[in-house]
Amino acid sequence: MSIRERLSGNEAIAFAMKQINPDVVAAFPITPSTEIPQYFSQYVADGQVDTEFVPVESEHSAISACVGSQAAGARTMTATSSCGLALMHEILYIAASNRLPITIAAINRALSGPININADHSDTMGSRDSGWIQIYSENNQEAYDNFIQALKIVEHKDVQLPAMVCQDGFITSHAVENIELIEDAKVKEFVGEYNPECYLLNEKQPMSVGPYDTPSYYLEHKRQQAEGMKNAKIVALEVAKEFEKISGRKYGLFEAYKLEDAEAAIVIINSTAGTAKDAVDKMRNEGKKVGLLKIRLFRPFPAEEIAEALKHVKVLAAMDKTESFSSQGGPLGAEIKAALYHEEKSPKIVNYIYGLGGRDVKVEDISSVYEDLYEILATGVTGETYRYLSVRNQEGK
Amino acid sequence: MSKLTEIRWHGRGGQGAKTAALLLADVAFSTGMYVQGFPEYGPERMGAPITAYNRISEDKIRVHSNIYEPNYVVVVDESLLESVPVAKGLKKDGAIIINTAKTPEEIKSNYPNYDCRIYTIDAKEISESTLGKYFPNTPMLAAVVKVSKLMDENRFLEEMKHSFEHKFAAKPNVIEGNMNALIMTLRRLDDDK
Repeated sequence: MSIRERLSGNEAIAFAMKQINPDVVAAFPITPSTEIPQYFSQYVADGQVDTEFVPVESEHSAISACVGSQAAGARTMTATSSCGLALMHEILYIAASNRLPITIAAINRALSGPININADHSDTMGSRDSGWIQIYSENNQEAYDNFIQALKIVEHKDVQLPAMVCQDGFITSHAVENIELIEDAKVKEFVGEYNPECYLLNEKQPMSVGPYDTPSYYLEHKRQQAEGMKNAKIVALEVAKEFEKISGRKYGLFEAYKLEDAEAAIVIINSTAGTAKDAVDKMRNEGKKVGLLKIRLFRPFPAEEIAEALKHVKVLAAMDKTESFSSQGGPLGAEIKAALYHEEKSPKIVNYIYGLGGRDVKVEDISSVYEDLYEILATGVTGETYRYLSVRNQEGK
Repeated sequence: MSKLTEIRWHGRGGQGAKTAALLLADVAFSTGMYVQGFPEYGPERMGAPITAYNRISEDKIRVHSNIYEPNYVVVVDESLLESVPVAKGLKKDGAIIINTAKTPEEIKSNYPNYDCRIYTIDAKEISESTLGKYFPNTPMLAAVVKVSKLMDENRFLEEMKHSFEHKFAAKPNVIEGNMNALIMTLRRLDDDK
């Protein structure tokens, strides 16, 4: 029997960590992820876990400590947000290229500047090419479920890559909502013990971690790393199947909502997907065939499967909660366009930048996107493909 | 039948409006509902106007936006009436609940634009007489439960007792004071009818 609870997104992650009881957690506080190490350190102090908790002096040190302990053979995790993740940037690549399956709870928050503590995806999108698996979560339930599943994906022998499990800062990290928790024993059995093939503290098999790599081998090592990332897609689905057995909850590479017969659809990430589902239902009641695709895995990007799910749609909006300053849209827009490029009848695609720095997104905002899509459908004219949602201009203050 | 109740709390940083919203989410959860309780974060400083929200429903809640057309508005600090458009978007069949020593009629004459039912509760007086200190959120929590009829009053008191017993295990006298604050608020609003 699952446990009916109410927890914030941060509480849910801290609780998952408690159930997993990792060997090491090294962390430095930053809003809005601070509560995770805060709650977890309470579990440590109360003896509810036997984790070595390493309070460090910066995020660069936090992830460096994680690299050291994971390389030593210890199951290791941390949490961060925004500038904290940015400060980890250098070491993210070290962790991934050394094939160290560390898990980060990433609580999405805008990067400075201007300084802002609220949600957008500029932090984790800034790390999207670092070699980390990225899993995104709509609400506290998904954050909890994804965090537990992530551990089994990253430690799989065919993957051995780190992962960040993302959710929107404040919007879900600080919102108390209903959640179904899994019993301790089931979680522990699901994640099992961490038994790495190779690790630094194995005296019978001496090894070095992170030495200089010459041009003769670097390219091959990167190719192997990319192979691990490709495998993560298959492993994620296997893990999801196993997870369904203990939770009753189904996960895929993404979620398709009322997409099968949709003529107009949006592709969206994290908490706004929930708001958008309400917009879809409202428009469906008005007889409009709309749907949505919610990203779960962004790295690896399941391009073929997404293309298959979207190719029948006539007009599509990719929703980016970050700017990439490419002058043609955001990272999700770029991936979606690339994924559909090889389809004979690709949908018309527009890309919206929305919700930056915690700008609230209402059901009506998403409805207005669908209305824009129907306008394209009616006129056949796509118009500007790089758009801003609900942004004030100079006239309309 | 699906029923969604949306509540917006207005307070000042440090007064416990966020805590009250989370307490309401807790107690509604205990009675079997789906809940959301969340604050709107701005610059964090004591005394700054803050907003917190509740959604309470019989069905799963998916929306993750702030609340613009609430069924109920709770004003924890009377001085906000002057500076914040607290009644903005409030549904006409909804209600505003204000922490003040004034009567609803006095509020109505000062703010004729409040186009809804108005309830007032002197949370300061109730809190000081039951707890010996000014913690407005306990009376305001009882007031919103009373006005919204979100749950049975006895069930509410029962659940709150559990919650206080858990929270103040080391300070039993605080439990009684808080319970008295809730009961006194419920009775005062009875008398208003």
